Amino acid sequence: MSDLTTTPRLVEAGTSNTSYIGKPTSRVEGPAKVTGTAKYSAEFNVPGLLYGYVVTSPITKGRITKINSAPVLALEGVVQIFSHENVPSLAWFDRNYKDDVAPGGSPFRPLHDAEIKFNMQPVALVVADSFEVARYAASVLEIEYEQEKFDTNIDLKRDEGHKPGSGKTGFMPPPPPRGNPNDALKNATHRIEGEYIHGAQHHNPMEMFATTVEYHQDGKITAYDKTQGVYNVQQYITKIFGLSKDEARVVNHYMGGGFGSGLRPQYQVFLAVLAALELKQSVRVSLTRQQMFSFGHRPHTLQYLKMGTNPDGTLAALHHHALHETSKFEEYTENVVNWSGMLYQCENVNLGYQVAELDVYTPLDMRAPGAATGSFALEVAMDEMAYAAGLDPLDFRIRNYAEQDQNMKKPFSSKKLRECYHEGAAKFGWDKRTPEPRSMREGNQLIGWGMAGGVWDASMQKAAAKAIFTADGKLEVLSAAGENGTGTYTIMTQIAAETLGLPLEAVTFKLGDTNMPEAPLQGGSWTAASVGSAVKNVCTEVGEKLLKLAQKMKGSPLKGASIDDVHFADGQIRLNTNPSEAVVIRDILPASGEEKLEVESSAMPNMIKQQPYSMHSHNAVFVEVKVDEDLGTVHVTRVVNAVAAGRILNTKTARSQVLGSVVWGISMALMEETVMDHTFGRYMNHNYAEYHVPVNADIHDIDVVFVEEEDDKVNPLGVKGIGEVGMLGVAAAITNAVYHATGKRVRELPIYMDKLL
Amino acid sequence: MNSFTYTNATAVDAAVREKSTNTKAAFVAGGTNLLDLMKENVERPTRLIGLNKLADLATIEDNPEGGLRLGALATNADTAWHPEVEKRYPLLSQTILAGASPQLRNMATNGGNLMQRTRCYYFYDLATPCNKREPGSGCSALNGFNRIHAILGASEHCIATYPSDMAVALAALEATVRVSGPHGERTIPFADFHRLPGDQPERDNTLETGELITALDLPAKGFEKNFTYLKLRDRTSYAFAVVSVAVGLELEGNVIKEARIALGGVAHKPWRVIAVEETLRGVTATEDNFREAATALLRDAQGYGSNNFKIELAKRAIVRALKQATEMNQPLDANAFLNSNP
Amino acid sequence: MIQQPTNTSGGATSLPAPPSAGSVTLTINGVQRHMQLAPWTTLLDALREYADLTGTKKGCDHGQCGSCTVLVNGKRINSCLTLAVMQEGNEITTIEGLGQPENLSPLQQAFIDHDAFQCGYCTPGQICSAQGLINEGRAHTEDEIRELMSGNICRCGAYVGILAAVKEVVDKQSSK
Ligand SMILES: Cc1cc2nc3c(=O)[nH]c(=O)nc-3n(C[C@H](O)[C@H](O)[C@H](O)COP(=O)(O)OP(=O)(O)OC[C@H]3O[C@@H](n4cnc5c(N)ncnc54)[C@H](O)[C@@H]3O)c2cc1C
Ligand code: SF4
Ligand code: FES
Ligand code: FES
Repeated sequence: MSDLTTTPRLVEAGTSNTSYIGKPTSRVEGPAKVTGTAKYSAEFNVPGLLYGYVVTSPITKGRITKINSAPVLALEGVVQIFSHENVPSLAWFDRNYKDDVAPGGSPFRPLHDAEIKFNMQPVALVVADSFEVARYAASVLEIEYEQEKFDTNIDLKRDEGHKPGSGKTGFMPPPPPRGNPNDALKNATHRIEGEYIHGAQHHNPMEMFATTVEYHQDGKITAYDKTQGVYNVQQYITKIFGLSKDEARVVNHYMGGGFGSGLRPQYQVFLAVLAALELKQSVRVSLTRQQMFSFGHRPHTLQYLKMGTNPDGTLAALHHHALHETSKFEEYTENVVNWSGMLYQCENVNLGYQVAELDVYTPLDMRAPGAATGSFALEVAMDEMAYAAGLDPLDFRIRNYAEQDQNMKKPFSSKKLRECYHEGAAKFGWDKRTPEPRSMREGNQLIGWGMAGGVWDASMQKAAAKAIFTADGKLEVLSAAGENGTGTYTIMTQIAAETLGLPLEAVTFKLGDTNMPEAPLQGGSWTAASVGSAVKNVCTEVGEKLLKLAQKMKGSPLKGASIDDVHFADGQIRLNTNPSEAVVIRDILPASGEEKLEVESSAMPNMIKQQPYSMHSHNAVFVEVKVDEDLGTVHVTRVVNAVAAGRILNTKTARSQVLGSVVWGISMALMEETVMDHTFGRYMNHNYAEYHVPVNADIHDIDVVFVEEEDDKVNPLGVKGIGEVGMLGVAAAITNAVYHATGKRVRELPIYMDKLL
Repeated sequence: MNSFTYTNATAVDAAVREKSTNTKAAFVAGGTNLLDLMKENVERPTRLIGLNKLADLATIEDNPEGGLRLGALATNADTAWHPEVEKRYPLLSQTILAGASPQLRNMATNGGNLMQRTRCYYFYDLATPCNKREPGSGCSALNGFNRIHAILGASEHCIATYPSDMAVALAALEATVRVSGPHGERTIPFADFHRLPGDQPERDNTLETGELITALDLPAKGFEKNFTYLKLRDRTSYAFAVVSVAVGLELEGNVIKEARIALGGVAHKPWRVIAVEETLRGVTATEDNFREAATALLRDAQGYGSNNFKIELAKRAIVRALKQATEMNQPLDANAFLNSNP
Repeated sequence: MIQQPTNTSGGATSLPAPPSAGSVTLTINGVQRHMQLAPWTTLLDALREYADLTGTKKGCDHGQCGSCTVLVNGKRINSCLTLAVMQEGNEITTIEGLGQPENLSPLQQAFIDHDAFQCGYCTPGQICSAQGLINEGRAHTEDEIRELMSGNICRCGAYVGILAAVKEVVDKQSSK
């Protein structure tokens, strides 16, 4: 393993035809996706496939007392019904069900016993020889239940919240209070306080969760699973079913959207593997859209903020407390309030964070978990504070700019939020805003301009990659990373091609297979940094080998040159001092007589280099809304999102990520909410017609600005990740714009028209 | 989805005969509502009679009364974009185009649209009681999540709304439903086609067993000069109406000669109050007069919790729709449905 | 409570048998296919599970997303809400029929150029829908395209790119 501590030897952009990094390269997997040839998990039509259909519980809590399987088993085409009554004894300890990112507690074990812990819990799997028979059979399976009282309403649990433990990776308990927040608030010149609420939200990626398990002659299985981490799923199923890694291969080449929902193995993979192993046949289990509401979600969260300012408009005190739901069996946590201690300079801060147990499924990280939630409350409160203090909301933020991370008492490795503010404001035309609410209109439409910002972690995980360079001049790079729309195929191809100075066409990047070197889960916006660094490393090592071989070639101009004396570009290894002295890369292996070079390498964060710094990406969002004065309908007509996230590897795919994040922000602000009927403990709008996300007609002009940011501390590539930061502040900016338009301060999302009547 | 057999109907009378002798048979036209509900196990016919081969029922042509006859099997898209509909009944075009999606409108038929069932969350979900789906089991929406539910004409047994957009315009235009049944043909005035839930919420309309809708007759008067369909929903497109208003006005200068106002998304049927429309006759088209009419229309409205806001929203929507219809002074172009998205 | 979804007979020992399959002939991308299908197979499942044409996607199975959009006699429909038996005699065109990786249709190329997708799962439906929109000839302006592309949800939120891609092809067609 090599530890890249020096900045990489990248050719200056634009100096060669093989410099790809930072270019708007079109997706290399584009042709596969636009022609329908890209295969997703439910699309491996292996011979002899059986179909499983999940039966879910109509009750919220209690137990199954009877399952009347016999008449259903008698139906032609039905192969088996799996339930707690006949599931073989599996792993004894529930820790075997723990996946890499399971929160503290005891994970849900599908079909484990008769107990019902949440509504829509999977209670049986009907397996048949066709999808239609399985669906029909599931609909006639009679199950009896005994019901118990349950709690699903967080509103009734306001006093029962408690501080969570630190069971979940990535969770940081809020820092202890600093300064004297109570007195400072009391003595503040201006004060505001309020409660901010949003309901549960479900990820609802376009592709529904599905697993196709191919059962091989020798008893081994290949699971084509919808997941953001094939290794996580592999360790989950091998531990539960007592398989060796060699017996269970997990594959995901394409994922139809994840947004966090695929971080943990979902129950369909358990059910499909169970059925395949028991029946010794290939099995597919796909969830329905309705069942997509039967597992993790962004938790329903209640937040309380209090703030005060000094006479000069600086923040005197800030209190931010959050309470959200978790399940009764696992303690889900996310960082909701910590951001409030670091986004602005403030000496007197009190942050609090609690969870309360309900009879629901465990919440699950959903795009910018915690930060999307926390930044909504913080940034709306900041807007209220600016108005209370008589300041422009942008000016107010700049006055309170944090030059260092006060939570960690560390400097930032880089921070270009100020530039985000300025460049975003300039592009938006913020200076033309008239501050008073209801001061801008067009006929019936009140116009509002609002802004907000955000901060997100820049992190890197350990990752490995393998490179195979063959005598025909082609390079194949493999790493078990994921592709769920983030552009992994493309940026890894770019990095590999540029590192070895090869044309894009000569490079193939493959991913999503436990037969490949391990990559971290596709989450936390760290894939570019982590897998990118591994790809960079492995290609650099291939380069070193190529150089050595090239030096052995007859009359080689590179003799005696060290790796630092050369660069790779345009299909050649060239001397830095005289680039016309070069060796053509595709001639090297044929000359050496070797058929291929194969190298495996990995990369991990350089802790020593990173330790002194706080590493984050930032953004500033400016939004225009039009609100119908009488009818309360809101349209987001213009958005400028300025993002500082280190180096941008591909401006085309990165822009798309930010555009998508803005759409998510609009969705969160205006329409997204899973509504539970507490009489039943059941989400009632559990379908895509009543759980609203934006359609094309909801989306208008969105401008993405990438602020230049160099950072040689965060990782060798200088990237901070772009998948989540773009969502921050969007919901708050819209809420603030709605206030500016109407004079109504909404503190509960989504802003449906009823809130503005 | 349960087990069923399928046949294509080749003639109306044969289809009617089969349906009236088999209580577990159902017609299927576009399939966009029936198959949806069958996948949810809400509808469970054991026999499907496909109507799509009845080409005679898919035409649009003049009717003897000087109006237009819309075949029951003509698709919503073909109807909305038919030149005669666009010209003479632009309110209907606009209304249809405000509903569902382009794909669904290419499948959905005029007959099927009238027959579509409520979108009540509980009706769709077998895990919860619902009188409409399972008579006598109770109404979960009454004290539940009822944002999309009725504020007018509901009963203690059911507070569902009828979700069609198209029907709101048809109510305003006073269309007639032509049906063919075991006892021959009959016509049903539009106002009598859908019914209120009362104590029989399982019945959406007054169609008798075995009856097949063959056509919709539009009377000559199309209000093509002053009309509007205003649809308020939770996103800009591809969503059902929270509240909608279809308005047709006949104006002489600034004086109203005739007004039609139909509301969608508020009741078990498109909601009209003729008496209120009468009060607008001979009155000048002013916002004050509109507001008075709106208040009168909603006089008996009742909210059930999450849908309380609809009462005020409906009033404002009526005022806006009447204003929009009054001020309109050019013929509608084919894409004017975009105007209906406030 | 008894979860007794559909067998109202209550505790019945024998349930109605699944329907039997019959021969159904579908014309898909110009090719006649003779298939053995029961009436309850939707066009979408017939394509994905029986014809191995998995380019057409299932995103909801209830007409709520547009992922399953295909063209029937040139018109776009949701293949999840129609039965295969209802489509005999019609010309069905799926994404596989519009173009192939080495022979992309103008819309497919425009989707790549404008990065009009991320995960790609809604994309075949978007492209078939856009082809239907072009066949209809009704949408010309950006607002019209937005509205008439609203029957296709993209959870990745690639709408800006989708609009640009469709607009480009619409403009090219109308300048012909
Ligand atoms: C996601 C989604 C969104 C939608 N949004 C909207 C919307 O915004 N606005 C709106 O108005 N609608 C909307 N719809 C509903 C759509 O308009 C209806 O589903 C459609 O009009 C039904 O027509 P169909 O021909 O497909 O009916 P089918 O599904 O074929 O039939 C529906 C019912 O009508 C009966 N039937 C059909 N034809 C006849 C006939 N000729 N005589 C007697 N009975 C008959 C059938 O037996 C069945 O019971 C939406 C639907 C979906 C799935
Ligand atoms: S409102 Fe009507 S349809 Fe809805 S639950 Fe009540 S009875 Fe059923
Ligand atoms: S799968 Fe057909 S519309 Fe969603
Ligand atoms: S590209 Fe992922 S849903 Fe559209």
